[in-house]
Amino acid sequence: MTEHKPLSLQVPEPSSRPGDKPDFSFIDVPVAGSTRRPEVDCAADSMRDLAFDLITVLDDDGKAVGPWVMDLDDNLLLKGLRVMEKTRVFDTRMQMAQRQGKTSIYVQCKGEEAIACAQRLALEKGDMCFPTYRQQGLLIAQDFPIVDMMCQIFSNSRDKLGGRSLPFFYSERDYGFFSISGNLGTQFMQAVGWAMASAIKGDTRIASGWIGDGASAEGDFHAALVFASVYKPPVVLNVVNNQWAISSFQGIAGGQAANFACRGHGFNIPSLRVDGNDFLAVYSASSWAIERARRNLGPTLIEWVTYRAGAHSTSDDPTKYRPADELESWPMGDPIERLKTHLISKGIWDEERHAVLKQELKDEVKTAAKEAESYGTLGKGPAPGTGEMFEHVYKEMPAHLRKQRQQAGV
Amino acid sequence: MARMNMIQAIRDALDVKLGDDDNVVVFGEDAGYFGGVFRATQGLQEKYGKSRVFDTPISELGIIGAAVGMGAYGLRPVPEIQFADYILPAYDQIASEAARLRYRSSGEFSSPITIRAPCGGGIFGGQTHSQSPEALFTHVAGLKTVIPSNPYDAKGLLIAAIEDDDPVIYLEPKRLYNGPFDGHHDRPGTPWSDHDDGEVPQGHYTVPLGKASIIRPGEAVTVLAYGTMVHVAKTAVLESGIDAEIIDLRTLLPLDEETIEASVKKTGRCVIVHEATKTSGFGGELIALVQELCFHYLESPLERVTGWDTPYPHAQEWDYFPGPERVVKALQKVMQP
Repeated sequence: MTEHKPLSLQVPEPSSRPGDKPDFSFIDVPVAGSTRRPEVDCAADSMRDLAFDLITVLDDDGKAVGPWVMDLDDNLLLKGLRVMEKTRVFDTRMQMAQRQGKTSIYVQCKGEEAIACAQRLALEKGDMCFPTYRQQGLLIAQDFPIVDMMCQIFSNSRDKLGGRSLPFFYSERDYGFFSISGNLGTQFMQAVGWAMASAIKGDTRIASGWIGDGASAEGDFHAALVFASVYKPPVVLNVVNNQWAISSFQGIAGGQAANFACRGHGFNIPSLRVDGNDFLAVYSASSWAIERARRNLGPTLIEWVTYRAGAHSTSDDPTKYRPADELESWPMGDPIERLKTHLISKGIWDEERHAVLKQELKDEVKTAAKEAESYGTLGKGPAPGTGEMFEHVYKEMPAHLRKQRQQAGV
Repeated sequence: MARMNMIQAIRDALDVKLGDDDNVVVFGEDAGYFGGVFRATQGLQEKYGKSRVFDTPISELGIIGAAVGMGAYGLRPVPEIQFADYILPAYDQIASEAARLRYRSSGEFSSPITIRAPCGGGIFGGQTHSQSPEALFTHVAGLKTVIPSNPYDAKGLLIAAIEDDDPVIYLEPKRLYNGPFDGHHDRPGTPWSDHDDGEVPQGHYTVPLGKASIIRPGEAVTVLAYGTMVHVAKTAVLESGIDAEIIDLRTLLPLDEETIEASVKKTGRCVIVHEATKTSGFGGELIALVQELCFHYLESPLERVTGWDTPYPHAQEWDYFPGPERVVKALQKVMQP
């Protein structure tokens, strides 16, 4: 009879924990510009290497190099810098507002600004994004009125959603921003459904689905890939791998066993792995995937490699589970700094102008916050009516709900 | 007017809506080329094309998640879940997404989806092809739940559901597909072609959601039933000789409280019959409602006849099924002075 050793369960551990020296040696950052760029209509199985490489355009000196360089208008680049910085200033202000008790919770996207901002700038009006709660850049990149965002964050009398939704769970159809859900992953499958509808109707608009490394473990992610591979609808499938899902590192979602990009291979979906802190790489890879979708060539899966520079939310303290100084060791730097360096090296920007821009944005955000606060903050000042609670459950309020509303005294 | 069985009536409703609204799409497992395992979509792909009627992967969450995205786009999807028992992988997409989208977006996005799913037992389907999960949906704010009991209602309710701007769970009692089932499994059944309720008008008509139907007026006791149990209740009333008023609820949510209230106030007695398990079943909701609305009119305690609180068994199907004898006993019990 064969002797068997006792089995043991293998639970992945991150490379470093609080007190350890941060270690990102598991991320191999290739020389910028070294990853090839195939034509968008190449067969998926001819570009499998792209899921294991890393598409980067900006080198250490801020020069744009390699086959993914696009000839972009200076104004677009300056806008990219502005909306990323605005997103960060906005987040900082709202983070502070939460600490001051003006809202219940806030989620910032610090360190990940390039991904949402650049992709939105590459999309066209009418295209629909199905975001998670960390893609506020999709709105800010379109110069969406930030007062309206704040009114929702403060659940005040001007909250378009009538106080029914969590703060920052925006819904902006006219800005191609699908209503955010707190049930992680659901929107990924819905993005595929929206894209199928666009194809069914012979439309030209495309969808963009968003999910995090953590939520990619949900069935919705896998269902989305199946449907995307079967019907080949016009959709860009974005996995934002920011290394952390609250306290669980990406290995708990299977990222140590295989990266997130290569999950597309089992479905023969073209899959890219991209430096998510490189605005130019994000814009270029997004444009490639968008063109594929627009030309009816089907879906593209993109893993954006980035780092969640802040806490998961205002309710979270990351120093409890990861080294406090991990960010400084992150090999891909900061997206705003990197684009700024590039623009300076191009001779179209400088530190002085940047300082002025930053101050302008701070003033703009502060003014907006003051205005939003004048319409109330959570539990203080003007607020949505109690009756709002009963609205929009159904298109027409059914009798039983009307009765309950009366019982509630509204 | 043509006589149709329930499958034909459902297919006719889909045909009407696919024909008069370009935004209606029909899809599900085996629902395209083959026309569905119960044949409810037979011939529709050939008539309307593969982009309007198509097969899907075996992924209920994918089917409903796609429907939510399509609804957000502006389509009016009518997905089929092959058996109601299979719907649970899609529960998150139904209960947290389709049902909530209007609420969380202030009506900016909505889910005008009708989810068709065959439910109920009586076909030796065992645990996984026999269940009645209606209470899982009536408990969710934002959903409507419909269960027809005959071909005329099946077509009219399905058209109304598809035209409704909110998500509707449309449960089809599969034992009624071919004919009304009197509850006596050991006796020959009647096909819908021999039954007046098999008369189905051509073209477009609706049976409004939220309206019950009094299918037998009576003075002694009110029987609240839906789906297959409407016909079982009819048999029990006939066999007991009790002058019961049978109400076919047709829509569980929104519920026709007015019709229920008027009837129980008149009769002072009430028996509730459903095939689903008892505990936390929809019957509990009906009992609570009847006592809220009619307590001072009640002459006797209310009675529930339901499936037992077990999974749906295979070999013991007819011991599980709440047949006419159990309904007769309940009727007699509430009639005791």
